[in-house]
Amino acid sequence: MSLIEKSAKQLLADLSARSVSAVEVTEAYLTEIASHDAKVGAFLRVDAEGALAKARDIDQRRALNQPVGHLAGIPVAVKDILCSRGEVVTCASRILEHFAAPYDSTVVAKLKAADAVLIGRTNLDEFAMGGSTENSAFHVTHNPWDLSCFAGGSSGGSAASVAARMAPLAIGTDTGGSIRQPAGLCGITGLKPTYGHVSRYGVVAFASSLDQVGPMARTAEDAALLLETIAGHDPLDSTSVHSPVPPYSEWIEQPLEGLTIGLVREHFGPGLDEEVNAAVRDAIRIYESLGAKVKEVSLPHSKYAVATYYIIAPSEASSNLARYDGAHYGYRTDERDMLAELDAQRKALEAAGDKKAAAQLDTALVRMYRRSRSEGFGAEVKRRIMLGTYALSAGYYDAYYLKALKVRRLIRQDFDKAFEDVDLIAGPATAAPGYKIGERADDPLAMYLLDLYTVSANLAGIGGIVFPCGFSQAGLPIGLQLQAPPFEEDRLLRAAHMFQRATDWHTRRPALT
Amino acid sequence: MSDTPYTIVIGLEVHVQLATQSKLFCGCSTQFGAGPNTQTCPICTGMPGTLPVMNRRAFELSLRTAVALNCQIAPFTKWDRKQYYYPDLPKGYQISQYDLPFSSDGYVEIADAKGRFKPKRVGIIRAHLEEDAGKSMHDEKAGQADSRIDLNRAGTPLLEIVSQPDMRSPAEAKAFLEELKLLLTYLGVSDCNMQEGSLRVDANVNLHLTDERGEKIATPIVEIKNMNSFRAVERALTYESARQYDVWQETRQKLGDVPKQTRGWDDTANVTHGQRHKEESSDYRYFPDPDLVPVTVAAEEVERVRAELGELPAQMRERLEKTYGINAYDSDVLVNQGRELVSYFVDVADTCGDGKVASNWVQQDVLRLLKELGTDIEAFPVRPWALADLLKKVKAGEVDTTRGREVFALMVSAGKSLEEAMQELGIEKVDESALVELCKQLIAANPKLVADVKAGKMQAAGAFVGQAKKANPNVNPARVREICLELIAAM
Repeated sequence: MSLIEKSAKQLLADLSARSVSAVEVTEAYLTEIASHDAKVGAFLRVDAEGALAKARDIDQRRALNQPVGHLAGIPVAVKDILCSRGEVVTCASRILEHFAAPYDSTVVAKLKAADAVLIGRTNLDEFAMGGSTENSAFHVTHNPWDLSCFAGGSSGGSAASVAARMAPLAIGTDTGGSIRQPAGLCGITGLKPTYGHVSRYGVVAFASSLDQVGPMARTAEDAALLLETIAGHDPLDSTSVHSPVPPYSEWIEQPLEGLTIGLVREHFGPGLDEEVNAAVRDAIRIYESLGAKVKEVSLPHSKYAVATYYIIAPSEASSNLARYDGAHYGYRTDERDMLAELDAQRKALEAAGDKKAAAQLDTALVRMYRRSRSEGFGAEVKRRIMLGTYALSAGYYDAYYLKALKVRRLIRQDFDKAFEDVDLIAGPATAAPGYKIGERADDPLAMYLLDLYTVSANLAGIGGIVFPCGFSQAGLPIGLQLQAPPFEEDRLLRAAHMFQRATDWHTRRPALT
Repeated sequence: MSDTPYTIVIGLEVHVQLATQSKLFCGCSTQFGAGPNTQTCPICTGMPGTLPVMNRRAFELSLRTAVALNCQIAPFTKWDRKQYYYPDLPKGYQISQYDLPFSSDGYVEIADAKGRFKPKRVGIIRAHLEEDAGKSMHDEKAGQADSRIDLNRAGTPLLEIVSQPDMRSPAEAKAFLEELKLLLTYLGVSDCNMQEGSLRVDANVNLHLTDERGEKIATPIVEIKNMNSFRAVERALTYESARQYDVWQETRQKLGDVPKQTRGWDDTANVTHGQRHKEESSDYRYFPDPDLVPVTVAAEEVERVRAELGELPAQMRERLEKTYGINAYDSDVLVNQGRELVSYFVDVADTCGDGKVASNWVQQDVLRLLKELGTDIEAFPVRPWALADLLKKVKAGEVDTTRGREVFALMVSAGKSLEEAMQELGIEKVDESALVELCKQLIAANPKLVADVKAGKMQAAGAFVGQAKKANPNVNPARVREICLELIAAM
């Protein structure tokens, strides 16, 4: 078996047995990136030199029998929204195109401490806003299974890098489904942990109360390996929870016994693609054959989830993105040009005798903000800032934001109630298996529905995992989503692993030539 | 009560910088005076991805203050974001508290020892914690102006205390601020240095008056900013109330006719001047900060804080008046000097057994000498029991007050003990029989004075005292007078 076909777990075994070196592993992945990424566009930047230096260091330490970290020598691709000291972190936005972070995010620090080889920074929708990775200011990420389709988003770069064997592991973030949805569309395993289980410190905020970092991998086993490296309480994040981090990868072999799986009545309504429906139902039958019981549950408020999400997330985003104003860092408009423009406008108005309009012109500072933000942000980000600003403004706060918070609580209560009867909730990850690039680019509302099956977990703060459970006739992967009560990531990973032992969907590889 | 045709209505907003070592949401130092941007980190400069974590110490200091202000403490309190754009606000929002401040509905009692107003309670609407912004420094050269930003102050914990509009004169406002400052000092929660911005005051002021038709009206509220001392506050309010009355007479504008105006105080020109009319009320788009978990405060914690408060100025004044029989003015002077001086006074009074004498000496002599030496009571060279021993001798008539002052001065300046100082000044007790002998000699030598006394001119007896002191500086003047009068009466 070639190196890139091996799972991270197998690679770790080979590396510690010294049957392969970290440099060989890293080179194998760098070769794949060199051959495929021009077509896929998973990475924004690849750090071949840094990765090889790290790999050499690990090999040397292994040779000297010095201690090495939990992921020593395993390449990991990181979504370009997590800060890494001294490295540019763009969030796929022009506004941060040249911004180098002065510190490490906690997750990156943990990866470095675990001796992971940070191989490159992956593409995303600008500031993680979007479901397709078409909203990147730099380029679109293509689905490795069909390059005319998008990879999903916003962690589309991370998903595509793993699917195309350009990295064994990747880090994504999930605000409304941004790990699970691209994992489903790219046929890999992606886990959104419970809110507060992985530190958000150093993860450029999109919507603080929804964002969560999580692992993306080819198998549940590998996702477990990555999750146990990055999870845990962080004193730098006050929303991070004191919850133990089980040795997920050790416990994963134990199958779950007497499992009751819930099927959500509302998940199988109109709009669900027939092939997805069939694949999901086949997957449930596999669980039944493994001894699981199936029960129907209801999440009556799930129909409001997308609407609720599109109030809360943009509201928080409008606030979180206020700091990108050209004053302290990031993109600033050309000041001379801006001052000349203001001056010309003032003169024109004065010449026309319109003193009132002249008096109402921006101050230079306001014009600097206006132009910097207008030039630095893309359309989708602006759309969401506008939405959020509106929803939080005086007179609308109660009708929108406050109302959304109330519905959010009801959504959480639905889950609590459902989990009284079942251990896991199973259902589709996306309504259809893959979408053409540009297909819905002019229809933002249609794009917002891409996250239909995933957003409610973010609103409720619970964990969810997506992994492949079949393929469409056109050869695109179909994802199954499992959701569990808070801090039951162990249950999610073991259930996914049970499935992956019984099936081989997760071993399929896109035919990139 | 007032000789003006209107009543001034004043409410104050006080921002207090808390005496923490580090900022409200990160570990950066809050030390004043460091070079620009040297006390900053990715968190307080609002770098992408950073998150705030609350400084427990800042919350404890605020809680202590709120309890001392007799506030209700909310069992659950959250953080809100107040959004506006300004270059010295790095995140584009300030973390503050909006609809659920951690404390509300308190009061401060104020009184005036000189009796200019009756003692009263000033209500506290709320006290809440928030982070400070940075500082913008604008180049004055017009046209080519550079603006520079110093973010050292960004994230410094501020306690905002908002009073009810309960004050009815500039003197009351000043008394409120002085009492508040004293309280904060006693609590040790702030250094209250107005020059360094540790205490910043904004005042809301308007007038209540009755127009020709007998209708009660209120003038539009004006907010006054940039007052850099309590004296400035008093003067600004005095100026502003007169100005508002003039404006009222001219324009007849009532509350609600025009938007709230912000005026700045110009301390040298002694005027307030309009800063800007708020065209519309700012929309700060407050919402709960999703990066910070709510803070819960258990009732036991509030009780613990209350129990650890110690004696506060108001209680201390009352105790001094009751226990030591001194009047309100004297207790006010002592308490205003701070906890350490009060405890010095208490030691002197307890040891010498006379509160009034102790109070006079501490207020007049000790305070004067402290000022001359430029030191504080902890470093004062004479310990309270040594002063008390001196006062005992004064009371016992062994030393008269004037000689006592000389002794005290020597104890302070040369670090002498009481005995050494008395010895150096040659003070010894004059024997009663020697004193009577001296008086007899003086009576014999001054028939004119004797005649005057006999004629009822009692002040003539003073001349005997003077002559006796010349003959022997250690005589007790009161005793000399007594003996002389007795002897003359017996003639």
